[in-house]
Amino acid sequence: MAVYDITEDYQDLKPPVINTGVIGWLRNNLFNTWYNSLLTLLFLYLLWMVVPPFIRWALIDSHWASTSAECHQSGGACWSIIHANIRFIIFGFYPPAEQWRPLTAMIILFALLMVSRNRKWWSRYLIFTWIAGLVVMGWLMKGGIFGLTAIDSSQWGGLPLTLTLSVFGLAAAYPLGVILALGRQSKLPVIRSLTIIYIEMIRGVPLISLLFMSAIIFPLFLPEGVTINKIIRAQAAIIMFTAAYVAEVVRGGLQAMPKGQYEAADSIGLNYVQTMRLIILPQALKIVIPPTVSILISAFKDTSLVVIIALYDLLKTTQSTLSNPKWMGFSTEAYLFVALIYFICCYFMSTWSRKLEKELSTDR
Amino acid sequence: MSETKEAMNKPRTDKPIQPAENDNIITIIGMHKWFGEFHVLKDINLEVKARERIVVCGPSGSGKSTMIRCINRLEEHQRGRIIVNGIELSKNLKNIEKIREEVGMVFQHFNLFPHLTIIENLTLGPLWVRKMPLKEARELAMYYLEKVHIAEQAEKYPGQLSGGQQQRVAIARSLCMKPKVMLFDEPTSALDPEMVKEVLDVMISLAHEGMTMIVVTHEMGFAKSVAHRVLFMDEGRIVEENTPDEFFDHPQHERTKLFLSQILH
Repeated sequence: MAVYDITEDYQDLKPPVINTGVIGWLRNNLFNTWYNSLLTLLFLYLLWMVVPPFIRWALIDSHWASTSAECHQSGGACWSIIHANIRFIIFGFYPPAEQWRPLTAMIILFALLMVSRNRKWWSRYLIFTWIAGLVVMGWLMKGGIFGLTAIDSSQWGGLPLTLTLSVFGLAAAYPLGVILALGRQSKLPVIRSLTIIYIEMIRGVPLISLLFMSAIIFPLFLPEGVTINKIIRAQAAIIMFTAAYVAEVVRGGLQAMPKGQYEAADSIGLNYVQTMRLIILPQALKIVIPPTVSILISAFKDTSLVVIIALYDLLKTTQSTLSNPKWMGFSTEAYLFVALIYFICCYFMSTWSRKLEKELSTDR
Repeated sequence: MSETKEAMNKPRTDKPIQPAENDNIITIIGMHKWFGEFHVLKDINLEVKARERIVVCGPSGSGKSTMIRCINRLEEHQRGRIIVNGIELSKNLKNIEKIREEVGMVFQHFNLFPHLTIIENLTLGPLWVRKMPLKEARELAMYYLEKVHIAEQAEKYPGQLSGGQQQRVAIARSLCMKPKVMLFDEPTSALDPEMVKEVLDVMISLAHEGMTMIVVTHEMGFAKSVAHRVLFMDEGRIVEENTPDEFFDHPQHERTKLFLSQILH
């Protein structure tokens, strides 16, 4: 038998301090063992070899608004290629006099995306705002009514095309993927087999071949005189492709749901649609936010494959600039610029997904 | 003093509300169920009257949970008939939904919806199944939350509550549907010992109000003080059925005697 004294409250006892200033941190994290010290030194050496020359090339010796001739003479980066060709890179063959229209459309799109980023604003009005915004954007791009000259979609290109394909592609593929995932879990054998066939067939084929099919084979089946816009066909291929991948990820989320959640929903008397909408999907989709965003990011980058059916997306307009003899040889600068644009978009998606995950977390 | 103790010390004649004489709220006739080849329930016959309280006990794997899960069609029976509140369970989805509206269920692992707050968990059924206006549903929910002594947690998420609190919320969630029968599937088995009492207290007060209850449990004290009848199940059959007094003091069947000797030490 023992009875312990529990009156001592240890109020003055603080957790032991390990980190003592910068030196202490360095010693604890970078030089705590001989091989860590070696790795640290090696890494510092590599940084020294790479970073200063890059800064010299990119910033100090570089040209920002010069002619191509000046660029060819110096050894620094030639950012002038962007400066001189920015309109073509961003807008493609869109008539220069009308390029304010896609620019305005993109600004509207960014504004809508920024507003939608905040869940506080999610309401019915936001949906109406999106619909209105999409109509205005479509009108700006296409024209033909209310005093704007009509611009055929074959002249669309560059960043607006990339964004169109991505935004519509992702916005349509996500709900379609969810429906496919539910179909694959269905108790009805017909629906289940049809979705399995669809998902497996689409996943078994590269996106390029789907794009080819939509561009070349599909029109052969259409009656004479009927043509479907090439952008729409590419868009459909992207949506179908992405949806199949989203479906499999969502299925993973559905399978992670404990059986008890279905049973609790059943025992309250909720029907199938209510159970899915109110109980299962909100939780399952939350679980699969990270892999879903991976798919959406890679789908966004895959839109660049539309070059193979001769659509001038952002990557293709950049490539075309490089085939101009005046600017040949500056591909590094041009591709770094495009990479930056792609990176900003992808980074936007990934930070937003992390923010969403944090907001939706309920086990605080 | 604790309500549990009080209730347990009361003589049984004190039971405030006696079962109705004639109308069966649940009738099970010759029910069989198989899981694949395995025969889990064999010829189950049971009649439950309104306001009757039945405790089902038995060793694990005896089919007691499966039996009560058949009553609201979480499991499908393959032979025999189950009639709940005048509606026979069949493949008809509308009938199943109608029965589930009238039968509340409390699970061993609570099964609260973790992405919804406590109050949202409670209002879900009234809002979507009963089509109640939001204000009314919230008032109803608060009424039952107060009843299970947990009103101050209304805006929290289930993950922030203790097991005992979660189970009380689960009971309140079922009550919000104003069920005619409550099924309890081992409601205290997943709880820390310290929390069993707070859940049993809620169940006892529910019993005093005349709720029809079928409770699968190993809490023999609860069975003694609250039940009108105790069923003992083994290997998919109802082996013995008696009043708690007779059941605990003069068990008839050898299997029952063995079971009681093992759990009562």
